[in-house]
Amino acid sequence: MLNLLKIWRNEKSREIIVQIIVLIIFGWFISWLVGNVSGNFERLGKDLSFEFLFIPAGYDINQYLISYNNRDSHLRAAIVGLLNTGLVAICGIVIATIFGLFLGVLRLSKNWLANRIAYWYVEFTRNVPILLHILLWHGIIINTLPHPKQAIDIFDVSYLTNRGFYIPKPIAESGIELFYLFTVIAIIFAVLFSRYSKKRQELTGKQFPVFWINLMVIIVFPCIALAFNNFPISFSIPELKGFNFRGGLHLSPELIALTFALAIYTAAFIAEIVRAGILAIHKGQREAAESIGLKPDKVMNLVILPQARRVIIPPLTSQYLNLTKNSSLAIAIGYMDLVATLGGISLNQTGREMETMVLVLLIYLCISLSISSLMNWYNYRVKLVDR
Amino acid sequence: MKIKALLAASVAGVMFAGSVLAGTLDDVRARGKLNCIINTGLAGFAAPDDKGNWQGFDVDFCKAVAAAVLGDANKVSYTTATGKTRFTKLAAGEGEILSRNTTWTFSRDVDLAQTFIGVNYYDGQGFMVPKKLGVKSAKELDGASVCIQTGTTTELNLAEFFAGNNMKYNPVPIETNAEAQELYKAGRCDVYTTDASGLYATKMSFDNPEAHVVLPEIVSKEPLGPVVRHGDDQWADIVSWVLRAMMSAEEKGITSKNVKKLAAQDNKDKEINRLLGKDPLQGLSKLGLSADWAVNVISQVGNYAESFERNLYPLTIVRGMNALYKDGGLHYIPPIK
Ligand SMILES: N[C@@H](CCC(=O)N[C@@H](CS)C(=O)NCC(=O)O)C(=O)O
Repeated sequence: MLNLLKIWRNEKSREIIVQIIVLIIFGWFISWLVGNVSGNFERLGKDLSFEFLFIPAGYDINQYLISYNNRDSHLRAAIVGLLNTGLVAICGIVIATIFGLFLGVLRLSKNWLANRIAYWYVEFTRNVPILLHILLWHGIIINTLPHPKQAIDIFDVSYLTNRGFYIPKPIAESGIELFYLFTVIAIIFAVLFSRYSKKRQELTGKQFPVFWINLMVIIVFPCIALAFNNFPISFSIPELKGFNFRGGLHLSPELIALTFALAIYTAAFIAEIVRAGILAIHKGQREAAESIGLKPDKVMNLVILPQARRVIIPPLTSQYLNLTKNSSLAIAIGYMDLVATLGGISLNQTGREMETMVLVLLIYLCISLSISSLMNWYNYRVKLVDR
Repeated sequence: MKIKALLAASVAGVMFAGSVLAGTLDDVRARGKLNCIINTGLAGFAAPDDKGNWQGFDVDFCKAVAAAVLGDANKVSYTTATGKTRFTKLAAGEGEILSRNTTWTFSRDVDLAQTFIGVNYYDGQGFMVPKKLGVKSAKELDGASVCIQTGTTTELNLAEFFAGNNMKYNPVPIETNAEAQELYKAGRCDVYTTDASGLYATKMSFDNPEAHVVLPEIVSKEPLGPVVRHGDDQWADIVSWVLRAMMSAEEKGITSKNVKKLAAQDNKDKEINRLLGKDPLQGLSKLGLSADWAVNVISQVGNYAESFERNLYPLTIVRGMNALYKDGGLHYIPPIK
């Protein structure tokens, strides 16, 4: 008895006991849940089976990044949906980051007008639910833009309609390989060159205009390759045929509305994160940097931002996760993402609610975990090194 | 939101399925109300009137069942479902009947473990286009943008029709008929496709119905009917015989006007007597129904023809395939013996 009390009074062993108890309760709960579900499945005469993934889906999808038709399997339909989710998520994140950064800096600007505009933008945007943003953009595109027959014509190569935007689509022809090769070489060069110039600066204090040189290389090099092989690129130009435009690249109203709504909404939050990150840096840092004669952009790039980054990145990560998960609101306007394909039509046509929902949940979990580990890795790289 | 509801419903359905399987009749009686799953809104089939009461052909059927089991056609509470959520909602026990333009197919019957209790409307999938497009046949729709309700047989038929005719199309998926109308009117799609009955209903709800045409092609068989959960045969029998009673009544000339009179007298046609409780109907007690069950249905809701005429004639829908067999239609009712 006394011994037991002793064990309990010891902080270390008490911790272990509590953890074991919690674990047992949790395990019991899980096994109850699983048992309950499987019992009820049995009573309903249903089984848990993923075979439906391999039978033909039977439905068509209006946007596919890999080839797809209605004879392909539910699995392929799910992958098409997943890629569509990836497309809006990536485009949304890129636009939201650039726009959010810009707004955040604007919010701190001493220019009263710019500051106020950014302020009102942020306040308005983040206080309106994301679903309304999505419906609003979709509604605007569908109800204000003209029918394909009266499309807004941009130089006879691009068209804006209420069925979406049609733009020329580059098509690679033979001889394009050299272009790819040169592009890769240019990028490798750029990476090596920035490393070299950084080292050189540390040793000698001399600087190259690294950014401009790299930009030149990355543009000029591939162009040389193109010219060398007589420009092996042609363009498919959209053309009005029958009911719709054919050829070219089609950006559907759903894709545009969803991407913009997500980007614009998330940008408002990112702006606040950026502002908070910059304000978190003690003003002494700025004053010290200015006092040694650094120009304002140098102060920002060399002193403030590197320190602000570690304050910014963790909340930024959760914004990226939010954007990705919010993209599942696609269903409201009929954008065919993962939830609409696997978790929507496939679920409904096969009646496999449990299986499809479990898959959708797992896939979202994987996406979220990958994003956050990527960001953690980046955070680790940029964190302050104590000297 | 929607997805969350769906998930919750499916999990709930799986967890509580045990409690809703048997004894549906007892549940309904204990509650004093029938829960019925209907459309989110389709004129003629299920749509709220200006007082906010649900009206329509599918709604009438819910009322008929309530009249048979509770004696009062008004004791129904309605739950709406989209094409996508309907089976989940039925499985989750949100209603005892799904009365929502639902096509009887093999896999829904067998794999989704539903019980189709009969056909109350023979339909087929059609196409509607604005007249100004000048389209005369569905074979001319190559390249068109087509609005479709997801989670329906429509979606699958459409894919087969276009692939079978070597045509391409751009599917625009939507959830409800109301959304489809918005997108169709805004010109997001050239064509709206669904069951022909739905097309007529949609067309009549437009400001200018003449500006739209339903193309002649009917590309599928859509036998529509009420659905109940697998596993409660008593309940399935009740629901299916309510439907047959309404059709028998039409066949025998029993209407909401004359049913009381016919029930009070001895009729030459003994089937009328059995239906209206004058002569005993073997086994009725096994269904747990009182002798005046059919009288309640017919006096409060009407026979099949009355419901059809009241709800669907305004949409310019004719009886056609939905006439009784003796009038050249497909409805052939097993005898009430
Ligand atoms: N019969 C088909 C289609 C049923 C369907 O969704 N019909 C549409 C139009 S006829 C409808 O009822 N819409 C009303 C709503 O949006 O709730 C099926 O069972 O899959």
